Amino acid sequence: MGMTLTEKILAKHSGRDRVKPGDNVWVDVDVLMTHDVCGPPAISIFHREFGDDAKVWDKDKLVIIPDHYIFTKDKYANRNVDVLRAFAAEQDLPHFYDVGTDRYKGVCHVALPEEGFTRPGEVLFGTDSHTCTAGAFGQFATGIGNTDAAFIMGTGKLWVKVPETMRFVFEGTSLPPYLMAKDIILKIIGDIGVDGATYRTMEFAGPGIKVLTMEDRMTLTNMAIEAGGKNGVVEPDEITEKYVKARTDKPYEKFYSDPDAKYFSEHFYNLEELVPMVAKPHSPDNKATAEELEGVRLDRAYIGSCTGGKLSDFRAAAEIIRGNKLKIDTYIVPATTEIARGLETETLLGTPLIDIFREAGCKIGNASCAACLGGPSDTFGRLNQEEVCISSTNRNYPGRMGSKAAQVYLASPYTVAASAVTGVITDPRVFIQETVI
Amino acid sequence: MTTKQKPIQGKAFVLGKNIDTDQIIPAAHLVYSLSDPEERKLYGKYALSGVPAAESGLPQGNIPLTNEDATKSDFSIIVASDNFGCGSSREHAPACLEIAGIKAIVSPSYARIFYRNSVDGGFLTPYESVEDLSTKIHTGDELEIDPEASALINHTQNKTYELKPLGSVAEIVHAGGIFAYARATGMVPK
Ligand code: SF4
Repeated sequence: MGMTLTEKILAKHSGRDRVKPGDNVWVDVDVLMTHDVCGPPAISIFHREFGDDAKVWDKDKLVIIPDHYIFTKDKYANRNVDVLRAFAAEQDLPHFYDVGTDRYKGVCHVALPEEGFTRPGEVLFGTDSHTCTAGAFGQFATGIGNTDAAFIMGTGKLWVKVPETMRFVFEGTSLPPYLMAKDIILKIIGDIGVDGATYRTMEFAGPGIKVLTMEDRMTLTNMAIEAGGKNGVVEPDEITEKYVKARTDKPYEKFYSDPDAKYFSEHFYNLEELVPMVAKPHSPDNKATAEELEGVRLDRAYIGSCTGGKLSDFRAAAEIIRGNKLKIDTYIVPATTEIARGLETETLLGTPLIDIFREAGCKIGNASCAACLGGPSDTFGRLNQEEVCISSTNRNYPGRMGSKAAQVYLASPYTVAASAVTGVITDPRVFIQETVI
Repeated sequence: MTTKQKPIQGKAFVLGKNIDTDQIIPAAHLVYSLSDPEERKLYGKYALSGVPAAESGLPQGNIPLTNEDATKSDFSIIVASDNFGCGSSREHAPACLEIAGIKAIVSPSYARIFYRNSVDGGFLTPYESVEDLSTKIHTGDELEIDPEASALINHTQNKTYELKPLGSVAEIVHAGGIFAYARATGMVPK
């Protein structure tokens, strides 16, 4: 019996020839990532358990990326960044991306690939549930808590229960011009539910995955957690290698699922038949098509986060926003500082993206998580009252973006931009077809 | 490490399904220190404060886990429907429930990271019930969990329900968390 890509990575890292779903194994960790919300408690558990003078197991493998509560006056939030800063100094950590310096990056899950930490075949843990994003690179990557992170800091190891794998096979040889990876994953989550993949791996495969860019694939694996998945994963190919090799010269090993690997289930989607999707309040699996919701009145649009604030997300939004005045407040938050620079350098018909957004009246924020998770009350773009928002982020549980009274619809950057132009939920095909002609 | 597990007794607090970590502890509150003895009490105060009022303390609703200005709850066992703890990886979620005084949760299913955090951090025990008890048990019912018998007894309604055995995490639960377990097994020096 063959093994899946995830099983192979876990076998290799636990020193075994093979593992099977349900096995509990201790794995060697290649990268541990933490940020400003979970880093400070993890650090305090590390010192409590290993002693005041303890050193982390391998300082080259610990990456600290403050990103959640950065541009706020909240004194507790700022204190958390101070804790990270002191720890990075005490441990002499080379991979700390400090706030207020030119090393500052922004959202960790987009910063990790940019900085070359998402290498195929490796094991990455992070104190953030969307750590599964890195599976797009053929890595085993999943979110953990503070105690587990502290355990890794001291030992370099963690126990993992080998997950069963659900395989999502994409058929079709191109993505229709109005469709984005966000539509695909919202459709899948809507079909299987927010606990449809609990404890399992979501492996994305088939000819359709080959036509998706790295950023598209990251949008898919990012939201594996929204179906309860332990990790999301895509086999590495030339697209992966091109991205990774441009950012690191560390060697890595590529793994592929065997043709006779055993899957928990297989699900088939023809990319050419999918349509723009929306998740209604208050759950990512509350699915509808954009067309069905046409006309729902909105107060705000938000484009940002690890899943919807990448450069390709803004390019998509700009295609629709260009030359239009917007009907509702529209917030633009680049995930990282590299993407923020990209907004200035990347052009659409000669105009930098940032100018397209400015001319349309968008409010543009600094690279960080911002209102994706609400945050302190002075957070940029936070929903502070009974507002209705359409957002390219990944969660819409009650209160996720701030007030419990707010309602959040999740959609692709195309759909968010089309809706920002009209002020009501709008199927982007109306705009895209015009642009194509 | 097969020490006898003590029964857990206390009042039930009942919730619905997909109680996510933003409802358990809203993101704005994640800034307090968990290691400062005074500041950490704030987590008890805000535990479950993100749950919409009508769904807090079922079937009646509008019952907060902790009364205004209190940091400890009168309730000790949460009974919930499917997928408890979905959403983020924040360990502040099981921690805030422990700080509020919750000893155990009973739900037919959990989100993976929440379950793991509860066990590895030794905060509270997440028991899996065989059936969904969130519509059978009422907030305020006097419950008792008998871990040895894998049973949940509702003294108020005079009923007993089956719980699933803890399975492969039992040793970590019994040890009191991943560090205690690793020390007991020699993985980490004492
Ligand atoms: S952007 Fe949103 S989902 Fe992504 S890491 Fe930040 S808070 Fe989490």
